[in-house]
Amino acid sequence: MPEVNSRKSSARLSSRRQINPRIWLIRHLQVALSSLGRLARAPFASLMTMSVIGIALALPSGLLLVLGNVQALGKSWDGAATISLYMKPLVTDEETAELAQKLRLYDGVSEVSVIVRRQALEEFRQLSGFSEVLNALDENPLPAVVVVKPDESHSNPQQAQTLADKLGSADGVELAQLDLQWVTRFHAITKIADRIVWVVASLLGLAVILVIVNTIRLEIQSRHAEIEISKLIGATDSFIRRPFLYSGAWYGLFGGLISWLLVTLSLWLLDAPVAHLAGLYQSEFELSGMDISTFFILLSCGTLLGLAGSWVAVGRHLNSIEPD
Amino acid sequence: MISFDNVSKRYPGGHEGISNITLQIDPGEMVFLTGHSGAGKSTMLRLIALLERSTRGQLRVCGRNLTRLRRGQIPYHRREVGMIFQDHRLLHDRTVFDNVAMPLIVAGLGHNEVSRRVRAALDKVGLLKRERAYPVTLSGGEQQRVGIARAVVSKPPIVLADEPTGNLDADLSHEIMALFESFNQVGVTLLIATHDLELVRRLGRRTLVLHSGKLVQDY
Repeated sequence: MPEVNSRKSSARLSSRRQINPRIWLIRHLQVALSSLGRLARAPFASLMTMSVIGIALALPSGLLLVLGNVQALGKSWDGAATISLYMKPLVTDEETAELAQKLRLYDGVSEVSVIVRRQALEEFRQLSGFSEVLNALDENPLPAVVVVKPDESHSNPQQAQTLADKLGSADGVELAQLDLQWVTRFHAITKIADRIVWVVASLLGLAVILVIVNTIRLEIQSRHAEIEISKLIGATDSFIRRPFLYSGAWYGLFGGLISWLLVTLSLWLLDAPVAHLAGLYQSEFELSGMDISTFFILLSCGTLLGLAGSWVAVGRHLNSIEPD
Repeated sequence: MISFDNVSKRYPGGHEGISNITLQIDPGEMVFLTGHSGAGKSTMLRLIALLERSTRGQLRVCGRNLTRLRRGQIPYHRREVGMIFQDHRLLHDRTVFDNVAMPLIVAGLGHNEVSRRVRAALDKVGLLKRERAYPVTLSGGEQQRVGIARAVVSKPPIVLADEPTGNLDADLSHEIMALFESFNQVGVTLLIATHDLELVRRLGRRTLVLHSGKLVQDY
């Protein structure tokens, strides 16, 4: 043993001896795989933990996805901001057409269409179900309407309102109505929903961490002897920590996968009813599922939460095990 | 190699493990540590391996002042001190090979180097054929030899043994001691705690006698 003699005189520890990076990588892979193997050897227990994590992650990610869909729906309404100009009853169809012609040249107006009185009556008759009542009237009670669509630069609620006010003062216009209030309310409501989802997500994220802390704590307890002997033969803290950190990361990763499955399954179950509902509103709306980047974000969140949980557990419990 | 300078270890509650021990062990020595149970033999070994810290005095091992060694350095210190226990301290869910390989894995050696060194150590203790066996299938003497192989596989300059023959009969004890002598011949410093006085007398090595935590004889 030639090394023995050379070491005798050295007071310094061979501590920071450089480890070959290839060996370092191989060891990490080995630890990662053996942690995975350990989970596979107790499949039922592992699956239970992973499912708990999966459910905890599925709830906020599912809610976020639904919220995203609702917001997308709201966006499609934004462009639908239109101003209805109700004409005075005595204005003739010719005068209305003239006004429409003038409005087309107006700044901030992109489209103008006219619903003449007869047309309005027809439409109302078809859609309202009051045809009997209308037949009883001897005169058409409905005014002509000029529908103005603001161009893109005037489509947000304030600008559209200003435009509506201006158009309202035009000759022959009885009333200019901008029906946007419900869109702004809808936006306000989705904003609150967004907040609520994030609060729920944080709480459930915390729950995931706690589940992992507890699981890893039990694993540390069951591997007490191994940890003790490793410390005896000079294992560093990071060496001892490593398999537990990998376990935590695996739990999180598989939890993320399970949550993706749950969300996808739920969306699939919702798809047909939503399509039916959209059909009732003559809308082409379709539920959009999780795209690939969201999927990877979900997996990373799971993995990071797993790592965080195992880090907490390891920090709290490894130091308490000292060889005797 | 190992030097105690007025070293005391007082446990919480006031019990003194060892008190005011001063002694020097040179590189390449093979020293026995005897005394009745509770005389402080284990405490001395535990202080050298830094399983415990002394409460007073200076303890130097391999030229390092252990009283000033930071916590993060302890693992690296332990890699230079092989330890052998009466109860072997083997992991029963791992093969003989894997048990012996542990110190090398911990030190970050490559696969080929690990295999080579583990086989060499197992060959040395005569258990090369049992490398795939699990410790429970081995006899007490064989298990102890696995423990010894694990302690020397990383070629530490110092080996400590706490009652290594405590559970073994005379023949097996002689075998173990012969192994220790062969390590000593290649320069390893050995400190062996035992109360088998017959064995100690027969080997005729330097012997430290402890009584109630004090060094009463050094011959």
